[in-house]
Amino acid sequence: MDLTRLSAYELADALDKREVSAVEVTQAHLDRMTAVDPKVHAFLHRTDAAALAQATSVDERRASGAALSRLAGVPIAVKDNLAMRGEPTTCGSRILEGWRPPYDATVVARLRARDLVIVGKTNMDEFAMGSSTEHSAYGQTRNPWDLDRIPGGSGGGSAAAVASFQAPLAIGSDTGGSIRQPAAVTGTVGVKPTYGGVSRYGLVALASSLDQVGPVARSVLDTALLHEAIAGHDPRDSTSINAPVPDVVGAATRADVRGLRIGIVTQLSGDGYQAGVSQRFAEALEHLQHLGAEIVEVSCPSFEYALGAYYLILPSEASSNLARFDGMRFGLRAGDNGDNSVEQVMSLTREAGFGAEVKRRIILGTYALSSGYYDAYYGQAQKVRTLIVRDFAAAFEQVDVLVSPTAPTTAFRLGEKLDDPIAMYLNDVATIPVNLAGIGSMSLPAGLAPEDGLPVGFQIMAPPMADDRLYLVGAALEAALRDQWGHLLIEEAPAL
Amino acid sequence: MTISRADVAHLGRLARLELTDDELDHYSTQLDVILQAVARISEVAADDIPPTSHPVPMENVFRPDVVVPGVDRDEVFAAAPAHEDDRFRVPRILDEE
Amino acid sequence: MSTTHDTMPFDQALASFEPVLGLEVHVELGTNSKMFCGCSTVFGASPNTQVCPVCLGLPGSMPVVNAMAIESTIRIGLALNCTIASWCRFARKNYFYPDMPKDYQISQYDEPLCSNGYLDVTVPTDDGPTVVRVEIERVHMEEDTGKLLHAGGATGRIHGADHSLVDYNRAGIPLVEIVTKTIEGTGALAPAVAKAYVAELRDLMRALDVSDVRMEEGSMRCDVNLSLNRPGDGWGTRSETKNVNSLRSVERAVHSEIERQAALLTSGGRVVQETRHFHEDTGRSTSGRSKEQAEDYRYFPEPDLVPVAPSDAWIEELRATLPELPSAKRDRLKGEWGINDFELQTIVNAGALDLVEATIAAGVDSAAARKWWTGELQRTANDRGVELADLGVTPQQVREVEALIASGALNDKLARQVFEGLVAQEGTVAQIVSSRGLAVVSDDGALLAAIDDALAAQPDVADKIRDGKVQAAGAIVGAVMKATRGQADAAKVRALLLERLGVSE
Ligand SMILES: [Mg+2]
Ligand SMILES: [Zn+2]
Repeated sequence: MDLTRLSAYELADALDKREVSAVEVTQAHLDRMTAVDPKVHAFLHRTDAAALAQATSVDERRASGAALSRLAGVPIAVKDNLAMRGEPTTCGSRILEGWRPPYDATVVARLRARDLVIVGKTNMDEFAMGSSTEHSAYGQTRNPWDLDRIPGGSGGGSAAAVASFQAPLAIGSDTGGSIRQPAAVTGTVGVKPTYGGVSRYGLVALASSLDQVGPVARSVLDTALLHEAIAGHDPRDSTSINAPVPDVVGAATRADVRGLRIGIVTQLSGDGYQAGVSQRFAEALEHLQHLGAEIVEVSCPSFEYALGAYYLILPSEASSNLARFDGMRFGLRAGDNGDNSVEQVMSLTREAGFGAEVKRRIILGTYALSSGYYDAYYGQAQKVRTLIVRDFAAAFEQVDVLVSPTAPTTAFRLGEKLDDPIAMYLNDVATIPVNLAGIGSMSLPAGLAPEDGLPVGFQIMAPPMADDRLYLVGAALEAALRDQWGHLLIEEAPAL
Repeated sequence: MTISRADVAHLGRLARLELTDDELDHYSTQLDVILQAVARISEVAADDIPPTSHPVPMENVFRPDVVVPGVDRDEVFAAAPAHEDDRFRVPRILDEE
Repeated sequence: MSTTHDTMPFDQALASFEPVLGLEVHVELGTNSKMFCGCSTVFGASPNTQVCPVCLGLPGSMPVVNAMAIESTIRIGLALNCTIASWCRFARKNYFYPDMPKDYQISQYDEPLCSNGYLDVTVPTDDGPTVVRVEIERVHMEEDTGKLLHAGGATGRIHGADHSLVDYNRAGIPLVEIVTKTIEGTGALAPAVAKAYVAELRDLMRALDVSDVRMEEGSMRCDVNLSLNRPGDGWGTRSETKNVNSLRSVERAVHSEIERQAALLTSGGRVVQETRHFHEDTGRSTSGRSKEQAEDYRYFPEPDLVPVAPSDAWIEELRATLPELPSAKRDRLKGEWGINDFELQTIVNAGALDLVEATIAAGVDSAAARKWWTGELQRTANDRGVELADLGVTPQQVREVEALIASGALNDKLARQVFEGLVAQEGTVAQIVSSRGLAVVSDDGALLAAIDDALAAQPDVADKIRDGKVQAAGAIVGAVMKATRGQADAAKVRALLLERLGVSE
């Protein structure tokens, strides 16, 4: 039995029945990393020693009859923008090279407390700015389906790690699609929970009002199990929702869409979407209809302004969030020759430590917040945000969930859009409205596009704090497609 | 609205980025393109629309005034570029205030 | 950067110009923990031992608002007769500086928690105290910065240092910033108004028990905005003098800035809008950064925090906790003690009001309580450069000393020695009396012996007294007091002396 081919759910079951040990499971995944990661480059840092120690501890406690959490002993990869005490946390940036945080992010602490085994930190676009993971300072991650293509971004490392069976579970973060778009192009499942549903404490902020941590896995049920493990109120995060977590695992198990109203967003389909993407999206809708859902079309007219608002709000908040990377208290310091002033050293450090996309967005954000321009840019973008919230609210009066393709295309080639920021930004057109409104959203595989044989993502969007609906619909669609194919889509990924 | 090289240089100073000549050229062109692409947002949002700064409305989130342990100084210094006499060491400061 | 300026004498400056004042006062709140994290705020800890990811601005950390800081700010706002906002937000003020861990300060911008209030202050004038109403623009919350130490230079100042060292223990301590509206029409009283306002604020903070307001430790700091205009003209350009850190300096900073700007304007120059730095040693300020090269702070709502929306019920609950405010208390005590405005002002200026009140409450009569606190103890505090309240003498101790005087065990001169011992922390009143051997010599035999010695030493004085020149007795009494090292009751010595010489008053 190849332990790396099992789902988290199956691993948990086998561990619980003591058919395998956590050390065996962990070692199998570490071995798989050794075998395939040189090709994929999903990981920036492996935590072998700590992982095996944790696995040993799990086995010991299980042997002594201690009550363990459901996912105890299951390996997991964590995106490199979550602080992990004593382990490198770089955010894919030179400016944090060698930095080891003195504290754990709340999500990391919860994973530890539930005895998940963290096997490493995954690659990402620098400070989560990008849709291809090509903006990492430590080399690009490749798509396991086609090593010449991007794995999506910014969380390409987490998606690729899961898609290449190096870990059954991974943590991502999603500011404008960074969990869902990589999931779409790698044939995996990714969820951006409702804003405030999962603690952001310890997540290195990109855009504080948009960022959200979420689960990545190969099936809807695994995603739900991880969602449940990390969600819930955190007093260290003032924007954390103080309410019970929706029953996502129950919903993933029920997988029932009978009587549900599903809305297709007019503005998130048609022109600009690859033919094979549109085709698989339409087929998925037919499945849902056959399962008893009612499909209607809903218009959200303000969505055409979402990208513009997003590319003002994100750089504005990012320009401020990234100010602290100044070479004074942690991370890189450049130009400290005893003669340069503190101002010069800060400027030289930031110039040397940040990559092109980060600088581009810092400059844009600095501009959008500067006196005289605030109202026209940041202020105006926040009004657009209100319109988008209203469009969603109106849509959810008519339907239970909204759906669209996750990304307009399948995975593009490495380097294809690297010098064209606008083309790169357009990749997020369908995922961004969700972040602006703070609602929950899932991407799951809808099949392979006929023209290139690459995975297509199907996006589901639910009202605030109704994340369980994502799982209800996602699990139903997944089951129908599995019946059609005889297996999960990810089973068709190349062996590497 | 176009952004000149000088504008980018000014923004670079505000953001503490020691930009190269190439970058000044590159970014002034790209920012123009990006701003044109986002400029359409001014078409829609009227005066009577309130701004949304926070997607999930919440109010009055506080913590009790209770002291909790912080982090160990040595652990923080271990990850700091320079320290001296139990303090973070930073280069000389030119500007007062 | 220039350090000296021509100045115009104050009276002459006031003959041509009207000063327009604005004061920004920062008060560190006396909460247990910091504004946005649970680190301790205790003053004087070893550097960087009261820090955590939040107040060090480490990547990924997030702020959470201290409820007590909000309550204190609302109470300050209520005491200053402000309107309390029903909904307001924090904002980020973006600027780079090594004492600012996140390179932005979480502050409030266009939505302060409290606004539009006033504070009435009593200003001493030649014609007696006069009340001036200072209008308050806003009271808002923010966080303090870390503390810089400049190393490698000759002076310890920033200028000439070759590097600096940062202690972030202070970073994130809650600050309340209190900003006045422009204060106009005060003329030559401007320096006194400024000082009286800051003093009144300090007393108010103490009464509210929201801060220890120690200006010398920096827990209360004042920035002085000042411009001059010729009567009838519009406002002039203002300067901002930063970190004026004692009551005396507030007065001097306004005074010297009026003299500087008047000289500049009279000689055809113009006032530059700039930040200036006040120097305690010279009483003058030097030019800092001009606002023409000022930062663009790029304020925007802090996305890591949610709005503060105090309910009416909460505000009323806090209003009910307001203590008697200093002005009301002064009016009450003036009546209770039967003193006039000048006497009251003397006590207030000495910072002795609460101490006198407590001493009287302990059972000492009003005159004696005032005499000790505004006399001997106030002089000692001045000499030592400390606040009266920090001298180390308590109202209870004053009562003990007074009781010894009443019983005849001590006289005033010996009592002063007891206080000297208390300030030197030599122990309790009883211990000091005993260890210093302080007791009135009441043995008549010993006193008569000393009187005889003194008479023998000054026979001519003795003759004068015998001749009825009773006023000459002082010389003999003085000699006896000296011989007994002050430990005699002077009145008793005088009576014994006159009896000895058979003379009556
Ligand atoms: Mg301030
Ligand atoms: Zn702290």
